[in-house]
Amino acid sequence: MCNCGENLRDQRYTALEKTLKKYRHTTGKIIPVLQEIQDIFGYVPIEAIREVSRELKVPSSEIYGVVTFYGQFHLQARGKNIIRVCTGTACHVQGGGKILEAITDYLGLKDGKMTSDDMMFTLEPVACLGACGMAPVMMVNEDAYGRLTPDEVPAILARYDENRKQKDDEKCIA
Amino acid sequence: MHSLKEMRREFQRAFNVSTNRVKVAIGLGTCGIAAGGEKVWNAVNEYVENEGLDVDMMSTGCLGMCYAEPIMEVHMPGEPRFVYGNVKPETAVEILERHLKYGRPSPEYIVGQDPRGFEPAPNIMELKDTGFFKSQVKTVLGRCGIIDPEQIAHYIAFGGYEALEKVLSEMSQIEVIEEIKRSGLRGRGGGGFPTGRKWEAAYNSPGPKKYVICNADEGDPGAFMDRSILEGDPHSVLEGMAICGYAIGADEGYIYVRAEYPLAIKRLRKAIQDAEAMGILGDNILDSGFSFRIRIAAGAGAFVCGEETALMHSIEGKRGMPRVRPPYPAQSGLWGKPTNINNVETYANVPGIIRKGADWFAAMGTDNSKGSKVFALTGKIRRTGLAEVPIGISLRDVVFDIGGGIQNDRKFKAVQIGGPSGGCIPASHLDTPIDYDSLIQLGAMMGSGGLVVMDEDTCMVDVARYFLKFTQEESCGKCTPCREGTMRMLQILERICQGQGGPEDIDTLENLALVVKSTSLCGLGQSAPNPVLATLRYFRSEYEEHIFNKKCPAGICVELLDIIIDPAACKGCTLCKNVCPADAITGERKKPHSIDPEKCIKCQACIMKCPFGAITKG
Repeated sequence: MCNCGENLRDQRYTALEKTLKKYRHTTGKIIPVLQEIQDIFGYVPIEAIREVSRELKVPSSEIYGVVTFYGQFHLQARGKNIIRVCTGTACHVQGGGKILEAITDYLGLKDGKMTSDDMMFTLEPVACLGACGMAPVMMVNEDAYGRLTPDEVPAILARYDENRKQKDDEKCIA
Repeated sequence: MHSLKEMRREFQRAFNVSTNRVKVAIGLGTCGIAAGGEKVWNAVNEYVENEGLDVDMMSTGCLGMCYAEPIMEVHMPGEPRFVYGNVKPETAVEILERHLKYGRPSPEYIVGQDPRGFEPAPNIMELKDTGFFKSQVKTVLGRCGIIDPEQIAHYIAFGGYEALEKVLSEMSQIEVIEEIKRSGLRGRGGGGFPTGRKWEAAYNSPGPKKYVICNADEGDPGAFMDRSILEGDPHSVLEGMAICGYAIGADEGYIYVRAEYPLAIKRLRKAIQDAEAMGILGDNILDSGFSFRIRIAAGAGAFVCGEETALMHSIEGKRGMPRVRPPYPAQSGLWGKPTNINNVETYANVPGIIRKGADWFAAMGTDNSKGSKVFALTGKIRRTGLAEVPIGISLRDVVFDIGGGIQNDRKFKAVQIGGPSGGCIPASHLDTPIDYDSLIQLGAMMGSGGLVVMDEDTCMVDVARYFLKFTQEESCGKCTPCREGTMRMLQILERICQGQGGPEDIDTLENLALVVKSTSLCGLGQSAPNPVLATLRYFRSEYEEHIFNKKCPAGICVELLDIIIDPAACKGCTLCKNVCPADAITGERKKPHSIDPEKCIKCQACIMKCPFGAITKG
């Protein structure tokens, strides 16, 4: 029986332990700790907050306060690919809203949901990506895309969409 | 003291040798990458390898010409540097085929040439004479787009770390501070406080432990000059910080970079490592006895952290909330120690001032605002990008000469300057010289220098609503005027945009704006009403149009739109009827169609579909 999921889980918790050990006797390092935890898990699990509290000797309420203050931290699991759409002034003026619409349409997001049902994508509107000269702009993971038009969006996202790719492959075989 | 002179000469020689080789440089800042620069890089790389050409490939930062990205430069020995713009992977190969193999440049793709002392090619404009560069001065951005930001040798070859050497070997702390004071440099992050006086305050604060902080939390939407400097010339910021550290007596510095700038963080990290490896940062710098370490603190996505006290709380690992000043950071800053905070562009100005002298710097600019300022040109402007100009140049020069005017020949309506803290300046004030004080008189502010140009298709009420939504979301919630006031202002603006505005709304907005402005704790709240006040000042009639006539003159506010089919122009092709998601369009084939305004959801899909231009919004 396949138990690679289990291994993955173990690996992540080993990484967590390592991070906590690294920061054990430090003060004022809550944000970097949380950033590393989010790199490991993709979000900040509640159990991890308890661990951080114990290791760094900071009340968990305070850590929770930090997590919820900053837009970067997430308490819920997120999709495999993160789409960051710029909602900055230049993008707003150049029709960034239409790009956002094209993405929610492609992912079938409804009722304020930000993660696609297959956990493949999470949509994250951000204040400004600082590539205003290229407006409208989005980033998928670390890749930046500029001067976008709404009809380009599906093709770009499809490149990251393993589920759909698989389906296409199946089609090819058939 | 250990000198870098020998090494610099060597690096210069190496750089010159390399300019005697065929070189292809591609701009790979975030802008260049977003425009497809990496694809161009890969295509060129493949071509060079397949053809077995002996070519040096180099990645550079941003030249500032976002509008022409991706940009590729070709240097042949003994020839001018040719800058190609809007290069696609296929065209890049085509260009190189002609240029490298047959020595023939492709003028149709060339943005400009830089002769570098060689005979300029005929009939091709020199880069410095092109509209975009003609009025610019390149001091802070001088190396961006020229050097490889990941090569410390390039920085040193171009005079880098010379200022730090000069300071450590021949200047006292007070002399450094006096020089900065004399230059008239003011903070480039927004407020415009004199940098020398800030340093002096930190120097005068007693204590063995002090900090230098670089505020790289460039949060203003529409501003990206700091990102460009960090990505294109990171060492200049490190050098400025080290000089400040020496002047105020600090041995440790932090750069607080927003998490949205991963490439800037990566390049800074490399720059710090390289400088430490060469003994330019770290313990006992160049055997001078002065030690200075720089660490990176990555932000976590909160606009308010651009406020200095909030930023320090964030570095300390707390929620980034501002506190009352005094005490100012110079007295009690990071971990309660005296601290100097300046922004990226401010530090990047420092090495030039030390090297070339305060007088050189003070010769640029106006009476009260010296030097140059980098502006980010975006929005509905032809040439988007970064432009560095002497302070005091007029907005008209920036928008029309450098920026090339408005896209698609539309009419200029306003330029938004200073981000969410700034205001909109209308056409009637286009000839105002841009400096710190004149902008405040117009109800705007320099801010970080983002210029978002708006044309007649921009609704100013919508712009005010957009900024209020931003500040309301980013308000940290600590003080009531900002937390509650921005929320109420936003509700009123949303009401107006939806056609639900009442006659008393403008007065209420103005009153609220003044209360929030005068009673908020920090700069975020104090300046949050500016976009509202400025649009009310110059575009009040648009508000009135929304409130009393329920019309949006620019056709942006969806709820106020009427989508109409012109029966004379409609050919009855049924395309619009088929595309309408709300079944609001009726009509028989070959007969004029009509829209039921009750059913219409104003998605405008029909407008885009109609081949005859018969459907309009009004």
